[in-house]
Amino acid sequence: MVKKLAEEYGKDNLVVILGSPDADSSELYAETLVNGDPSWMGPLAGVALKLPVYHIMEPEIKAQVDPSIYKEQLELMEIALDVEQIVKGLNRVRQETA
Amino acid sequence: MELKGKKIIVIGERDGVQGPAIEACIKSAGAESVMVQTQCFV
Repeated sequence: MVKKLAEEYGKDNLVVILGSPDADSSELYAETLVNGDPSWMGPLAGVALKLPVYHIMEPEIKAQVDPSIYKEQLELMEIALDVEQIVKGLNRVRQETA
Repeated sequence: MELKGKKIIVIGERDGVQGPAIEACIKSAGAESVMVQTQCFV
C-alpha cells in the first residue's frame, strides 16, 4: 500500500507521520520506509522508498499543528511517551541516509 | 519539513497515538492524508 502511494505521488510530495509509542518501533518504521524492510520478510524487502518519516510529536511537526487541536488530541499522550528518545531514533535513520 | 500542501501517510499505533488523532493534527497544518492506519500488535 505504501509502495503504491509512493509510486503514485512521488517521494517529494509524500511524508510519513508516525504515532508509534517508543524509540525502537519508530526507528524500525523509519528504517523500513527509508531503506526497505530490514527483516527481508515483507513487501518492502529490498525496496528503498527513501520517504521522509517523522513522528507527530517531533517539535518540527508539532510546531505546524494548531495548538488547540494538538492539546485536544495529543497533549495527554505526550506525557506518556519519551519524545526525546523517539526523535533520537528517527534522527539516527535520517543521518545514516543523508 | 513543511507539511502544508503535502500528502501524508499516517501510521498510528494503538499503544501510542491513533491514526485519526494524527490525521486531525496534520489537517490543521494544511496537509492532506492519503492513508490512515492504526496498528495493533496485541
